[in-house]
Amino acid sequence: MKITLDVNGTRHALDVEPRRLLADVLRDDLRLTGTHLGCEHGICGACTVLMDGAAVRSCLVLAVQCDGSSVRTVEGLAGPDGEPHPLQRAFSAERALQCGFCTPGFLMVAAGALEADPGLADDPDAVASVVGSNICRCTGYEPIRRALTRAAREQRDATACPARVQPRSPEPIEENS
Amino acid sequence: MKPASFDYVVPRTVAEAVEALGDTGREAQVLAGGQSLILEMHLQRIRPGAVVDINRVPELDGMRVEGDELRVGALVRHAAFEPATAVPGPLGALLSRAVVNIAHPPIRSRGTMAGSFGWAHPASEWCAIGVALDATVEVTGPAGARDLPARDYFLGPHRTARRPQELITAVRLPLLGADTGVGFIEHRRTHFTFAQVAVAAALTVHDGVIVDARIGLVNAADRPVRAHAAERSLLGAETGRLPAGPRLPDGHPFALAGRIAAREDAAPVAQPYADVEYKRQAVAVLVGRTLLEAAADSHARLTAREGHHR
Repeated sequence: MKITLDVNGTRHALDVEPRRLLADVLRDDLRLTGTHLGCEHGICGACTVLMDGAAVRSCLVLAVQCDGSSVRTVEGLAGPDGEPHPLQRAFSAERALQCGFCTPGFLMVAAGALEADPGLADDPDAVASVVGSNICRCTGYEPIRRALTRAAREQRDATACPARVQPRSPEPIEENS
Repeated sequence: MKPASFDYVVPRTVAEAVEALGDTGREAQVLAGGQSLILEMHLQRIRPGAVVDINRVPELDGMRVEGDELRVGALVRHAAFEPATAVPGPLGALLSRAVVNIAHPPIRSRGTMAGSFGWAHPASEWCAIGVALDATVEVTGPAGARDLPARDYFLGPHRTARRPQELITAVRLPLLGADTGVGFIEHRRTHFTFAQVAVAAALTVHDGVIVDARIGLVNAADRPVRAHAAERSLLGAETGRLPAGPRLPDGHPFALAGRIAAREDAAPVAQPYADVEYKRQAVAVLVGRTLLEAAADSHARLTAREGHHR
């Protein structure tokens, strides 16, 4: 089946079997192997990407379902000049990864939450719910919670004090019908 | 494993979807959120001949109040119920307290309430709320549309009164009056497991006396349960001064209702880490605590109303 997929701002015309998962098409057809596949049961969250701005498990979405949608993967987080996304800087600063397998999923679920909720910095329960979405077997989650909180505060302070240097704003997510 | 091959059908209207489902030559599955279906297809426990993806049927989207009911279209995602104000009154509070127990945000952004009714898992939060509140499941098939009352709809694990050629178009939930307080408490081993037991409760209190009680039990039988016997024991009881903390005195009406729910209403199925006796104990404790939460909610609503009138 022929579909059009907008991935990280680039349009791809693809011919995919309906049974193929979004995760497999991203990894095998588009060679975007930053999206990791862990359990393929929707539990671990390593494959989390943004579909039309919302965090989804790419192992529980068929690629054909995304026809006409815009998808954002971990490869789309950094700026065009390679400047790390505020979340990537926060993960580094807080040592929020060790082996790194779960990191792309955590970054994307966090990116979705940051964009959807400008008040995330002041809502520890919402942060806990985002951190609790995915599985990490190394860090014990606390550094990931700190990293997300750090990035959320940075975003809040940048919005509150326009005089300060603005972090790179994320690319607009297209609305799709 | 990966899903086996299937024909993929993308209808644009309910009529087209029903037509695709009505093709009896192959087993067809409806794909809404897909958060259970695609997993089962991975495991190849479900190998449909056709997948009917209803995500591009605009008439199935959206929820609205119709009369004294909330009508939830088949494409409304779990996440829509997270704000307590998304649905008016105590029903909105009950749904928002329950929804955070359904998986995680990335699952809730895809999965749908109507899909939960279609899948009919005994541990579904929505299905227990549906039987407790007397919800209605709207289906459309080749012979037209019909309404299925939730109390007659669930026949066992993943078994319902929906016929294979019928599509769930919406679920209707009755709104709750301002004099009703709600509670929802879930007990599970870890953040990543289904409920061992969960309880939904709605108490209507007039002048300190319970005049209506609704109790739904999650995963306390092979299907969602409405705890009729426990509800009856509460009618006419006085809520009185609520005990502080979650522990209820043995003789308290809520503790009694919990024991009745565990003994008479629940029909637990043994599971790993939760045998029948364990589940009965969990039902007894959780029903008591959830009733306490609902009574406290009712009290808080009354206080807020009186404060507003002053």
